Amino acid sequence: MNFELLTQMVVNGIIVGTLYGVVAMCFVLIYKSTRVVNFAQGEFLLIGAWTCWAMLVKFELPFYVGFPLTLVFMLVFGIALQMLVLRPMIGEPIISVIMVTIGLSMFFQSLVSWIFGGYTKAYPKVFDTESVNIAGLQIETAYIMSLVVSVIIMVGFYVFFKYSRMGLAMRATAFNQQIAQSLGISVKHVFAAAWAISAVVSALAGVVIGMVNGVSSALSFIGIKVFPVVILGGMDSIVGSIVGGLLIGVLENLAEFCDSQWLHLGNMYNIAPFYALVIILMIKPYGLFGTKDIERI
Amino acid sequence: MASAHSRMRCGEFRTTYQSDMTIFPTPLARRVAIASVGLLLLAPLVLNQYYLNLFIQIGYYGIAALGLNIVVGFTGQISLGHAAFFGLGAFTSAWINNNFGIPVFFCIPLAGLLTMAVGLLVGIPAGRIKGLYLAIATLASQYILEDFFARADWFTGGSAGAMASPFTIFGYVMNNDRSYFYVVLFYVIIMYLAGSNLLRTRDGRAFIAVRDHYLSAEIMGINLNKYRILSFGISSFYAGIGGALFGHYLGFVSAEGFTLLLSIQFLAMVIIGGLGSVMGAMFGTVFMVLLPQVMEFGVHLVGSNNSALTQALAYIKEISIGLAIILFLIFEPDGLAHRWKMIKNYWKLYPFSY
Repeated sequence: MNFELLTQMVVNGIIVGTLYGVVAMCFVLIYKSTRVVNFAQGEFLLIGAWTCWAMLVKFELPFYVGFPLTLVFMLVFGIALQMLVLRPMIGEPIISVIMVTIGLSMFFQSLVSWIFGGYTKAYPKVFDTESVNIAGLQIETAYIMSLVVSVIIMVGFYVFFKYSRMGLAMRATAFNQQIAQSLGISVKHVFAAAWAISAVVSALAGVVIGMVNGVSSALSFIGIKVFPVVILGGMDSIVGSIVGGLLIGVLENLAEFCDSQWLHLGNMYNIAPFYALVIILMIKPYGLFGTKDIERI
Repeated sequence: MASAHSRMRCGEFRTTYQSDMTIFPTPLARRVAIASVGLLLLAPLVLNQYYLNLFIQIGYYGIAALGLNIVVGFTGQISLGHAAFFGLGAFTSAWINNNFGIPVFFCIPLAGLLTMAVGLLVGIPAGRIKGLYLAIATLASQYILEDFFARADWFTGGSAGAMASPFTIFGYVMNNDRSYFYVVLFYVIIMYLAGSNLLRTRDGRAFIAVRDHYLSAEIMGINLNKYRILSFGISSFYAGIGGALFGHYLGFVSAEGFTLLLSIQFLAMVIIGGLGSVMGAMFGTVFMVLLPQVMEFGVHLVGSNNSALTQALAYIKEISIGLAIILFLIFEPDGLAHRWKMIKNYWKLYPFSY
């Protein structure tokens, strides 16, 4: 057994896991406040990463200009999407809402591939040093940055929901839309804000992953990987999404490790989370931290 | 019953439950259905290869789409893994034929039954969960089955794919579009009749009750688990038959064909056609099969010498599918079947619509 490889993979798992956690948080944010299951979460990452890439490479803007511009673009994008497509869906059955986000995902994925081509493209270098040595492990600088960014986002979410006016309004809306509305909260604004925040933060994660692996359509697969994460953590729990992200990140790396050492099946890295998903749904459908739906007739 | 309807109808007036439950609501509808089948029987004599190919595609996808409509439209369960069952049917039929020497004629229904068995198995967890959780569970089953297709060399031939022999009946090989058209048409008629009849039975009504309000249904004595699993099984059976027809038509089944994209296309057929409508599944399939063709035609019309546009054709097709789903859900959530009903109602009372 190769312990060095094992620790390296666990560390990788934790780093990738925090990113899953961030994306899952965005997903949960939308689900919690608007009850929409967003199958197009991965496309947010994709669009964000490509927009930033275009700003840096095509328009040759420096990173500190191009990156904020990307975030502004995503803000507008998120709000526009909510207003044009998701607002007519309020009150429709769940299948329609799911399908509309699937449609969006298909639409944007092919649109982006059309504009930018199907090949992986690398980001321009942002850091001088490729990787740093921490306690005998080689870790890429971009990974460390992603870890730092993820933790900052998580703390930001915590503060936002705990103290800010908008955050409190969102929590109230998530709890009960009618009561929130009767208390003077504009549910429309909350919905738009949820989509905007989710788009911006996802784009941030997309840019970080793009810096490490390059940008390609494969980014949108993270939007699918989010499902095992949120099912494990609970669909409506922000804490659950972070814990779930870490667990799934480590799990897929461990599965990869076991596979390379003993099993030799191949492709375990991508499939293991889905096996985990099915098992969780059988045992504990509402996840670790999710609230069980109570239905009244 | 025919005497109850005069030559010029002024609405539909039913006096018995029996007349309300007929497959064809009016004698005219029955005559139109029989006449259209008659016309279709003549189609291979007139149409060329291109149109026959489209008809055959509509046939096998239509069967699978009806299966999906039974689970999504009638039972209210969401399945994102229909393509995997479609693929399973194709592989199973080829596998039975290649390994056990059973003629293709019997392989197709057998593949349907085996796919149904797998569907029932997948349906067991589906009996416990619903709505969104079920959508995600079936999404996982889609990926797991896709992975299985890619690695199970003994069953699917792995990355190389599996060969499927052509359909034969009494030593007559049906390996061209012209003859295979009849095979597909036969199955379409059987499966659609079975589908419409299913909804007139006790089980069919139970499905609809589960969809409309599952708690009330349970209180009325409907076994939720049983019907949820059963609807999954039936839908897999349809997918299996459709897949097997697909496999023996192409003569070659590759693991790459049955991705999430195809599952989404099946869902799109059901939604565009109309949830909970048997003919809607067919309308949706026709729409979804023709849409890429229309796009291709449009692109060639606009810029046959514009190479950038022709290269982007694959993307344009996908964009159009995504856009069609979104626009239909926003502007016509009840699908084409609803539109068709409105047109019929308009003409039923024409010109005195009050």
